[in-house]
Amino acid sequence: MSVVTRTWRRNAELSLGLLAVVITGSGYVLLALSEGPALPANLWFFLGVLIGLYVVAHIAMRALAPRADATLLPLAALLNGIGFVTITRIDRDATDQLAPSQAVWTAVGVLAFIGTLFVVRRVALLERYRYTFLFFGIVALLLPLVPGVGREINGARLWVRLGPINFQPGEVAKVLLVVFLAGYLVDKREVLARGVRQIGRLRLPAAKHLGPLFLAWGFSLVVMIRQKDLGSSLLFFAVFAVMLYIATERTAFLLAGGVLFVAGAVIGYALFGHVQDRVSVWADPWASGEAQGFQIVQSMFALGTGGFAGTGLGLGRPNIIPNAATDFVFSAIGEELGLLGTAAVVVGFLLFVGAGYRIAVQADRPFPKLFAAGLTSIIGIQTFIIIGGVTRLIPLTGITLPFVSYGGSSLIANFVVLALLLRISDETAERAAGRAARPAAVSRR
Amino acid sequence: MNRAIRRVGIGVTVLVLLLVAQLTYLQVYDADNLANDPRNIRAALRDFTRPRGKIVTADGQILARSVETGDELKFQRLYPSGPLFSQLVGYQSFVFGNLGIERTYNNELAGRDPLLQIRNVGDVLAGKEPIGNVVLSVSAGLQAAARDALGNQRGSVVVMNPKTGSILAMYSNPSYDPQPYAGHNSKDVQAYNQLLRANPDKPDLPRAYRERYPPGSTFKVLTTSVALGLGLVTPETNFPTLSQLTLPQTSSTLKNFGGESCGGTLARSFQQSCNTTFGQIGLDLGDQFPPGLEQFGIYSAPPLDISPGAAESTGPPPGSFQQNKPNFAFAGIGQGDVFVTPLEMALATSGVANNGQIMQPHVGERITDGDDNSVKSIDPKAWRTAMSPQVAETVKTLMVSVVEGGTGQAARIPGVSVAGKTGTAQNETGAPHAWFVGFAPADDPQVAVAVIVEHGGDVGSEATGGKVAAPIAATMMRTVLGR
Repeated sequence: MSVVTRTWRRNAELSLGLLAVVITGSGYVLLALSEGPALPANLWFFLGVLIGLYVVAHIAMRALAPRADATLLPLAALLNGIGFVTITRIDRDATDQLAPSQAVWTAVGVLAFIGTLFVVRRVALLERYRYTFLFFGIVALLLPLVPGVGREINGARLWVRLGPINFQPGEVAKVLLVVFLAGYLVDKREVLARGVRQIGRLRLPAAKHLGPLFLAWGFSLVVMIRQKDLGSSLLFFAVFAVMLYIATERTAFLLAGGVLFVAGAVIGYALFGHVQDRVSVWADPWASGEAQGFQIVQSMFALGTGGFAGTGLGLGRPNIIPNAATDFVFSAIGEELGLLGTAAVVVGFLLFVGAGYRIAVQADRPFPKLFAAGLTSIIGIQTFIIIGGVTRLIPLTGITLPFVSYGGSSLIANFVVLALLLRISDETAERAAGRAARPAAVSRR
Repeated sequence: MNRAIRRVGIGVTVLVLLLVAQLTYLQVYDADNLANDPRNIRAALRDFTRPRGKIVTADGQILARSVETGDELKFQRLYPSGPLFSQLVGYQSFVFGNLGIERTYNNELAGRDPLLQIRNVGDVLAGKEPIGNVVLSVSAGLQAAARDALGNQRGSVVVMNPKTGSILAMYSNPSYDPQPYAGHNSKDVQAYNQLLRANPDKPDLPRAYRERYPPGSTFKVLTTSVALGLGLVTPETNFPTLSQLTLPQTSSTLKNFGGESCGGTLARSFQQSCNTTFGQIGLDLGDQFPPGLEQFGIYSAPPLDISPGAAESTGPPPGSFQQNKPNFAFAGIGQGDVFVTPLEMALATSGVANNGQIMQPHVGERITDGDDNSVKSIDPKAWRTAMSPQVAETVKTLMVSVVEGGTGQAARIPGVSVAGKTGTAQNETGAPHAWFVGFAPADDPQVAVAVIVEHGGDVGSEATGGKVAAPIAATMMRTVLGR
């Protein structure tokens, strides 16, 4: 890649980012105008911080990952901006003010983004310490279960108290576990792929190679049972199964994963009341529209009331849905911005995921390739789980909408994912540029 | 690995397309159902948290207005006239939804009518929200007169303009105060509602358009009109003088009031309200009777603009003459299967007054915007053609004779020719109901009335329509005519 291409990518990133800033700023102004004919009092401060954060992240990109993909950072900024405007909107009719802390968390997230780019200069570094990451990942996952440290909020035991801050270590754990899994699977993929047994036309993985899959499965079950966090449980398992499939290119693993998922779902349904509740509410939310089904029924009402074009920013009633700023932020967007808004968000995620998989495809080494695919799958699958949940496509399992929902742990984790994807992209492009610069190496082949 | 990554990418894209499909279903295909689902409180909340127009009487009295409150709902409805208008105005309740005019004209009051949306740029920039006021045809003075005339007696008074269908007064006693329904404390509102529901006097029942009574002899107006229209009788047709009519298919008989003998011409029978004559007409009409009543709007609900609408009145089942002939004789005198609302009797009477044409009844007269400029008026519309103008003229003459020299002399107004018909309707729950229907002036009708005093009111079993209901009707007509 030439210097020209490199400069072009960063300039595109800057202008796309400014577009995201303009959209976010317009939303902020429109929101204020819905209350009366006056601009928001802190508009210039808000725009200053917004532009400042983006420019800082962008400068870090120029310095630390100049050849990386140009679309991921603007897309993250746009999704984050839409989320922030929605949270500000929800604050207006609520007693808890979440937007100020979301702003702080976004700043911390950008710091984590820069920090990750700075510390992780080579992804191979992560591959080398994969078992360390596995250890930290497991510790992080189990931390909320430790008495005295863990806290239960809204019926799920996902939280750890660090001084004044409640933190969800599971958000970080999923990234750590993907690092491990990418390293482990790249190491073992040939053995795993060879160990497929042919029975008639059916190709099944050999029992001894199913170990890692069973490990992931058991892990997900523990999370589901101990922490009552069905969303994360589903996410872990789906990401593991997808990575196993990509590493081995054996559809058999995907099928085996599907069978294990059904088995896990049946076991969960048979044994746990909270799993049964989720399924029965999904099947018929109207039957318990005032009780367990309230959230999903109100979510559908919000989306239906929004209709095609939405009620307009600030003119809906998103606060009727409990947890509108976290799990149901998408429904709040759907009520006030309509199908136009929800489709824009969904397309935003599709572009993000598309860019992520493109980075994976372009990566020239196995570990970064699988790692990028895993990271992208986190974002894609998590998006599907929560949007599918609030639209009643699938049973609702509480989980955040990446970059959009309120929540510090989630934001930081997503910014780290973003930084890692860009690091992989930059590294690939850098090596490609290196090869191009030494044509002799090509002619020798 | 690239092939697998591409496949996963395609898989995720398919999932995203599923999301878009589901979103399209919820936000386009099913959007109207979801938005208007009664369990979706967004629409109600939207109306509660914004200004709402006034409901005003024809003579300028405010019946409903909104005041700002400090709480989450921002606005509360006030009903300064209390029980006097509750059965028309209804209420806007956060707990029970809207009722009455508050419901029928909700879009206008909330400013959602397209005509109210056209505003100048200045209003938009000043953040002035559109609202609409509903101006009624009902006058507060006349409504109070109806209340005072009924006094403690249970019953209804309906006063209307027969030419336009405008309701001028519509009151029934007992009534209730709508104010507690507008409260924001849902427990208090529910407690008040339970209290009303438990009251055996049913003060929340708008008797004038939701309760059905046997109309008794006032129904002879309809029986006569139908028979005249079919050419079955003329005013000169002679009927035997009897004290009771022998009925087919049964051993029971149809008796005259007080067991007296009467008969003679139709005109004489009408003036004296002779039961045997009209019982005979009912039998003679047979299966032609119900289609004739259908033209008066019996068997259907009048299109009244007060939610939840008027009740439908009933008559003998169409085509049932051969099965039950006595039922048609009793229908001829407004008994048997005949049950009508006071509103329906006022409409039938208006039909006679208005050359046979019954107009659509309405209480809303026009809509004004926030600056009290008229934006829309509710134009008179025909509802039913009850009879030909010739028949109407004949019936009118018969009705005038009732007030001039028959059972309805208590409804006389000096200097004005009044048409009317009395009724004393037997019922299963107590003393007969006292009825009067009429209109005035007979040559150019300005006002039509229907009055019912349940179970004879203060007079009890000695009451007749002429004694108890006719004076109330006279008071109402005099007030309208300024006499």
